Amino acid sequence: MARSVNFDFSSHHMEVALESPVDEEVVHDSFSQLIEEQSQSVGLEMEDLSDEGRDHLAYLPAPAQGGRESDPLIEERWSSATLRVLSCSRGAIISQYYNRTLQLRRRKQTRPAIRDFSRSAPSIRGYGMESDDVSEEESKRERLVNNLQNLSLSDRVHMLRAMPLSVAEKNELRKRAYNFKEGQPRSSGQIPCCSRLKYYVIIALRQSWYSCLSSLHSLKLWQVALKRVGGRFGTGVLSYFLFLKTLLLFNVFLLLVNLLFLVIPQAVAPPEPQGPAVPFTGLELLTGGGSFTDTLMFYGHYSNQTITSGCRPAHNATGLSGQTDCGPHLSYNTPLAYFFTIGVSFFITCIILVYSMSKSFGKSFHINKSQGYLAVKLKEMLSEVSRREQRLARLGWAQRLARLAVHALAWLMCLGGTVGSALAVFYCSEYLHQDLEKRALSPDHKPLEREASSLALPVVVSSINLLLPGLFNAAGWMEEYESPSVRTYVAIFRNLLLKMSVLARLGLQCWESFVGQELYRFLLMDLIFTVLDTLFGEFLWKLFSQKALKRNRKPVFDIARNVLELIYGQTLAWLGVLFSPLLPAVQIVKLLLLFYMKKGSVMLNCQAPRRPWRASQMSTVFITLLCFPSFLGAAVSLTYTMWTIRPSQACGPFRGLSTMFQSAKQSVQELERANPRLAWLSWVHAYLLENPLFLFIAAGVFLMFTYFHTQVVDGQRKVISLLQEQIENEGEDKKFLITRLQTIHEQRRSFSPKQRTHTANEESSF
Amino acid sequence: MGNKQTIFTDEQLDAYQDCTFFTRKEILRLHGRYHELAPHLVPMDYTNDPDVKLPLALIVNMPELKENPFRSRIVESFSEDGEGNLSFNDFVDMFSVLSETAPRELKAIYAFKIYDFNTDNFLCKEDLEKTLNKLTREELTPEEVVLVCEKSIEEADLDGDSKLSFADFENMITRAPDFISTFHIRI
Repeated sequence: MARSVNFDFSSHHMEVALESPVDEEVVHDSFSQLIEEQSQSVGLEMEDLSDEGRDHLAYLPAPAQGGRESDPLIEERWSSATLRVLSCSRGAIISQYYNRTLQLRRRKQTRPAIRDFSRSAPSIRGYGMESDDVSEEESKRERLVNNLQNLSLSDRVHMLRAMPLSVAEKNELRKRAYNFKEGQPRSSGQIPCCSRLKYYVIIALRQSWYSCLSSLHSLKLWQVALKRVGGRFGTGVLSYFLFLKTLLLFNVFLLLVNLLFLVIPQAVAPPEPQGPAVPFTGLELLTGGGSFTDTLMFYGHYSNQTITSGCRPAHNATGLSGQTDCGPHLSYNTPLAYFFTIGVSFFITCIILVYSMSKSFGKSFHINKSQGYLAVKLKEMLSEVSRREQRLARLGWAQRLARLAVHALAWLMCLGGTVGSALAVFYCSEYLHQDLEKRALSPDHKPLEREASSLALPVVVSSINLLLPGLFNAAGWMEEYESPSVRTYVAIFRNLLLKMSVLARLGLQCWESFVGQELYRFLLMDLIFTVLDTLFGEFLWKLFSQKALKRNRKPVFDIARNVLELIYGQTLAWLGVLFSPLLPAVQIVKLLLLFYMKKGSVMLNCQAPRRPWRASQMSTVFITLLCFPSFLGAAVSLTYTMWTIRPSQACGPFRGLSTMFQSAKQSVQELERANPRLAWLSWVHAYLLENPLFLFIAAGVFLMFTYFHTQVVDGQRKVISLLQEQIENEGEDKKFLITRLQTIHEQRRSFSPKQRTHTANEESSF
Repeated sequence: MGNKQTIFTDEQLDAYQDCTFFTRKEILRLHGRYHELAPHLVPMDYTNDPDVKLPLALIVNMPELKENPFRSRIVESFSEDGEGNLSFNDFVDMFSVLSETAPRELKAIYAFKIYDFNTDNFLCKEDLEKTLNKLTREELTPEEVVLVCEKSIEEADLDGDSKLSFADFENMITRAPDFISTFHIRI
């Protein structure tokens, strides 16, 4: 019986895995026994005609497929000995389950097991011929029934259910197992009420769990749309959309947390407005400034007071705050809440990212459900394999040098483009800031103009983001990479350099609400440019190429670029969440719009890539890219902001403090004052959280765990490959032994025709 | 529990409960489904184990099986005569193995049986080709089908006999994590 190699460490599976060495010995025993038997009988052959009687020759159905090479294993006539060895189906199943029940019993009870039964445990699933020895099967069945009786009720049921026999046979076994022990099959009225109740409760829970699961499956977001896209365009394009969905889920989580802990408490107790009311003009949606500045959207609106519920404590003339009889005194420390909400949500996001990264590293091979999708995926695999095989032709060294030169040139172009655009952004932002300051100082305030000019920088950045990847694509087209996967990775890396450098240039020159507004603008501009790009890049290009250039091919969906757009947008959102708690909401709206737009555009305008390529590792790469440069960068800048930068004095929940982190410190000190028993908390705080050494140690421990985990997974993989080799060797051994058996039997049989013709001659003479 | 039903005796229902992954209610519901496939053939009273078998043609028209490309093979593997005529026991057996609670080893055994078109207890190249054609509904060219089957056998065949035994098949299945979640039919 095959042993599935799975490594979850539940005891049940360990037991199944442990069966392996035991069974193997038995197989070898039975083989050696049979060979000895056979070789002995060859020696006694001449005299012992009674062997012939026991020899039931059986015929295999001749192989229907022609063209198979003759193999000693595919013989047409088999001896019963070989058949006994090769038989499977009921006999083997019963023996195997006999073994299992025996193991189960041995585990449950301490008395020594019955070992004197010879366990024939043939491991080869043979040719479907049943053993002719019915009585042997009967005795095996008896033993199985015996074992079943001695198991506990739940084990018995568990074992019965897992047997691959038909229901009628299982019924038989069950009746006999129960009959012996209890005199009659158990009827439901006789179960004691407590275990029956437990039984029903378990069944009810299981049913509700399955109905939950099935409703969750039906609620899966965009499932139909994703299947359609995947089926038509392949896993590469699908991975983009799946990545989009993942990002959406991250943002939903962030938004919920922010809503719950920041927005709602602040909305319930609004602080006084900070300036004259600014009328709402339409431009606010684009710029995020104007009347949006002093709203829940941005940092500046949040108060630094502790919100208390119920009535405010009444102040006497002496300044004492007396407790009124307003019920329980709930206080909500906004600065602390702000600090911890952002911190904890980032921490949880980090954990989720690392977990999904490790999970996607583990996946190697999966078969997908719908059939259209499967066909495309198989085509992808096939083309990759065939191309790899075509690359066997090696190029001469001169050609290799030429290729290297082309690569170098392309890289030079891309890096030059990146550096150039970074410098351009830098100078542009300098100029714009100076311009802004000049305008602020100038006597005639044209607020509309001022707002509009603040849009200039995001427009510049977004247009660079749009144009430069085109340059990178051209460079990539110039070089020839071995497979589209490699080309995509290179393109992604180049685009990444560009984005990182551009983002780094912006820096945090302005301050909190303003930064929040900047990021809001960036996000919005990104969306607008993506819309424009989809319209022009895909739709109009398709029209152009079909009408003007008369090409039959539609443009191909550029996965690398679109994924990087997504990562860029998400980085902006993460950077901005500290300064604008509702930014994830904007990001969610943006992602939703993007999904439908991209899906529509892909369906209408694009075609499946001409050379389909496998993208099962793409999602791993995307998540890794998301985690490492993007999230890590955002987290690092966030930490830097919180720990060292001085918050502005006039706005926000941290006004008046030297760093944002100080709010946490202060609250801990207050707590300590209020409740001296919690002094250890402030000690913890002072020595652990403030000390950077602790953070290094924590990071070190985390890395150690990751390393350990990867080593374990690696080790498991090695063990799996070793076991596979072992299985292969076993197969070889068995083939050898069976051919040996057959030759011995052939020798035996070669004597018998002589005997038979002899007797036939005698008979015919009558 | 109220014994208002007269289709099965209590012992029969208990036996079904112990031997399959269904509860009493589900067994009764299954009997209802079996009955409505051929109301004039299937008796309402199963207390004396009537020997009634429904032909393949009736069973594969069930809505749960109709869209499945392997419906005939599935029904054939669970029938006793190999032709697809299911008694009620076989019917229950089939849906029990295909239910979500059945363990992976059991499903793997029957999956192997289902894909083994020529019932020689090996998955040879022709079996794999037929399976692939049914799965992809003829969207691949014949050359591609042959190539995929060759590659699969190359990758999974461990004892070198150019066909897959059950051990090879089960080994391959353990590397496909969503086998269990997709190899089920809910009724």
